Amino acid sequence: MADVYLDHNATTPLDPRVREAMLPWLGERFGNPSSIHRAGQAARNAVEEAREHVAALIGARPPEVVFTASGTEANDTVVASAVERARRSATGGGHLAISAIEHPSVREAAARAERAGLEVTQVPPGEDGVVPAAAMIEALRHDTLLACLMLANNEVGTLQPVGAVAAEFRARGIPLLCDAVQAVGKVPVDVSRLGVDLLVLGAHKFGGPLGAAALWIRDGVEVESLLVGGSQERRRRAGTENVAAIVGLGAAASLARDEVGGHLRPLQLAALRDRFEAGLREVPGAIVHCRTAPRLPNTSHVALTGVEGEALLIRLDLAGFAVSTGSACSSGTVEPSKTLLAMGLAAEEALSSIRVSFGISNHAAEVDRFLAALAREVAALRRLTGSAMAAPMPAAGARAEVSGASAGDRAARAGRR
Amino acid sequence: MSERAAASAGLVAVAMSGGLDSSVTAWLLARAGQPVVGLSMLLWDQSASPRHGRCCGALDLGDARRVAQQAGIPHYTLRLDGEFRRQVVDPFVADYLAGRTPSPCVRCNTWIKFDLLLDRARQLGAERLATGHYARILYGAARATGSTGAGGCDGDGGPELHSALDPSKDQSYYLFELTAEQLAASLFPLGALTKTEVRALARQAGLVVAGKGESMEVCFVEGGVREFVEAQVGAAGPPADVVDSGGKSLGSGQPYYRYTVGQRRGLGLASPRPLYVLAIQPEENRVVVGEERELLAPGLIGERLHWIGPEPPAPGGVIEATVRIRSRHPGVAARIYPRPAARTAHPDAGREVEVEFATPQRGVTPGQAAVFYRGTRVLGGCWIRGRLDAVSTLSSFS
Repeated sequence: MADVYLDHNATTPLDPRVREAMLPWLGERFGNPSSIHRAGQAARNAVEEAREHVAALIGARPPEVVFTASGTEANDTVVASAVERARRSATGGGHLAISAIEHPSVREAAARAERAGLEVTQVPPGEDGVVPAAAMIEALRHDTLLACLMLANNEVGTLQPVGAVAAEFRARGIPLLCDAVQAVGKVPVDVSRLGVDLLVLGAHKFGGPLGAAALWIRDGVEVESLLVGGSQERRRRAGTENVAAIVGLGAAASLARDEVGGHLRPLQLAALRDRFEAGLREVPGAIVHCRTAPRLPNTSHVALTGVEGEALLIRLDLAGFAVSTGSACSSGTVEPSKTLLAMGLAAEEALSSIRVSFGISNHAAEVDRFLAALAREVAALRRLTGSAMAAPMPAAGARAEVSGASAGDRAARAGRR
Repeated sequence: MSERAAASAGLVAVAMSGGLDSSVTAWLLARAGQPVVGLSMLLWDQSASPRHGRCCGALDLGDARRVAQQAGIPHYTLRLDGEFRRQVVDPFVADYLAGRTPSPCVRCNTWIKFDLLLDRARQLGAERLATGHYARILYGAARATGSTGAGGCDGDGGPELHSALDPSKDQSYYLFELTAEQLAASLFPLGALTKTEVRALARQAGLVVAGKGESMEVCFVEGGVREFVEAQVGAAGPPADVVDSGGKSLGSGQPYYRYTVGQRRGLGLASPRPLYVLAIQPEENRVVVGEERELLAPGLIGERLHWIGPEPPAPGGVIEATVRIRSRHPGVAARIYPRPAARTAHPDAGREVEVEFATPQRGVTPGQAAVFYRGTRVLGGCWIRGRLDAVSTLSSFS
């Protein structure tokens, strides 16, 4: 089990204050919010109170907030609704403009839209991990039904110019979906200041529970429900509400409003991140991706030249530090970061990187312990793999000896019991 | 405390497939107090297939993860599918297309488990790799003090590969290409156990895989091997000419790669006596069939000779050993004659052998391994190129 958790972009521990708010709804309080009796009414009120907290966090009106089970579901709902609109249009087709570094829930939904006959433009980021606003606007066409630009990239943490493109999109009447899952709870997010039409956030990225997320739909923008079979969420998301998780989302939103609004949390996270990145100077060959770009205060994506990210991640985990390589597939194996590839890095460079993402429960002492472990494990790996960055040491290159013929056997007969 | 785990001496990596044997291996080592890390390999991505659960399927990797948790050890899955395709699957297909019958499990051990995976394990700080193979690694000293080794003692003290105590489960055949260096870095904790004992241990430990069956087939092939080859090539070949050993045509059959030497069933030929496949000749798109007695070969020609022990045979010399010419072959006494290196400029020069059986054997199959034993000890082996008499008889009409 990891002693120091540094993978908060994957998920955060449940904030104890959020847990307190949820507990009654995992215990004596229960009810179906659609029921007419008082138990149902109480559950309904709890859900609506959570809706108010979420709306307040992002500067929205409560009726515009739709609860879903995940950010993925919210993103899918919006893209699927655009596909449905295309299907019903006179031409039966249409166009989507997305950034090339969107979360897979957007990219794969767009790929499905493509298979359904829509055209998709993917706008690549610059080398700094930021999608140029002008390129995003240039991608728009007369038949563009939806554009998607995330607020903060989940892998490298870069902030995208959502506010800068939104006005142009609105002027052309093209709805803009902003996946803000990684940003909400870490930096201030205000839908009217951003000027977007659709925004997605997820509870478990900022101290809330798994299983609750929200889709904000600007009043007047039409989104069709992905799920049918119930009138919940004003017919925009069928299915009995996950009351306990939604209450948790509300509580996390309420805490975030206080702590992010006053910049307490961003400053706290940035202090940890900056301490880490300053200490990285002691680690040879460490390069922070997108360092000069506008970034989330909690995320460092670091290339460690000549080191395989997967091996480093495992060694760090065995040593008690949980980090990530940025994206993992369902089998739990490592793939090169799609964002780094889109930024123009070679697969090998992308595979030599790890993502460190801090949370509000981390301490400066943990950062220091992590830095020491990182330096130690990187040096050990470089020694083992004979990387040029390693100090001159007798190589333990297994493959060279193993593939040698029988003459090599005698020389290598060292490790007996 | 766990911060020291990776640095502490003696970390052992266990190759975990999610099957019964490797699960018990991991559990035995963990129970003995050994620092252990479980490693699974994603070798053949079947995530698109509706039928998971084969050796590399996601379901089995999930089982490995669950067993690791039961054993209280960390577990990771490494993606090695690119290398597996290059080192195992592509040569497997190429062998069939060249008229050979491949032995992919040997290549997987040689090039994937005890090379790439061992290398990765060392990168993670492990000193050794344990697997669930039924085979034993004995050291000269251990053997002298009463172990079961029946092989000749060379006094060298290096690691020796021996067959498992349970002959019905022995997998030493598949490990013949390991080097002494690889053996020194390996552990086979099941080598002295029977399958029944292993299953009992799994039950005792309450492992989730205790009731799991055997995986006997080629792990990456779903359905028939021939269909797999065709799917990889992307097309079915033309029907082969079927001829008898005198060269007389008996008609046309299936594509040549659908046949295996020694095969009797499915030839679809009318003949008073049962016919067997004697040879496959891809260049001529020809399959030679004959009677059972014609299957008998006095010996074999081997290539890519590999020797584990300290005494690689010198050209011109001879070595007596028991030879197994396929995994389930009981073995036959034989004399092994290394061919002189000067005969060819091929990279494998000096690694060719002629093997003379004490009694003729049926089913000498190109592409299979011939593994040399002295008692329980594996001396080495080679890959079968053809019958020893192939030059004089079968090649006369090709």
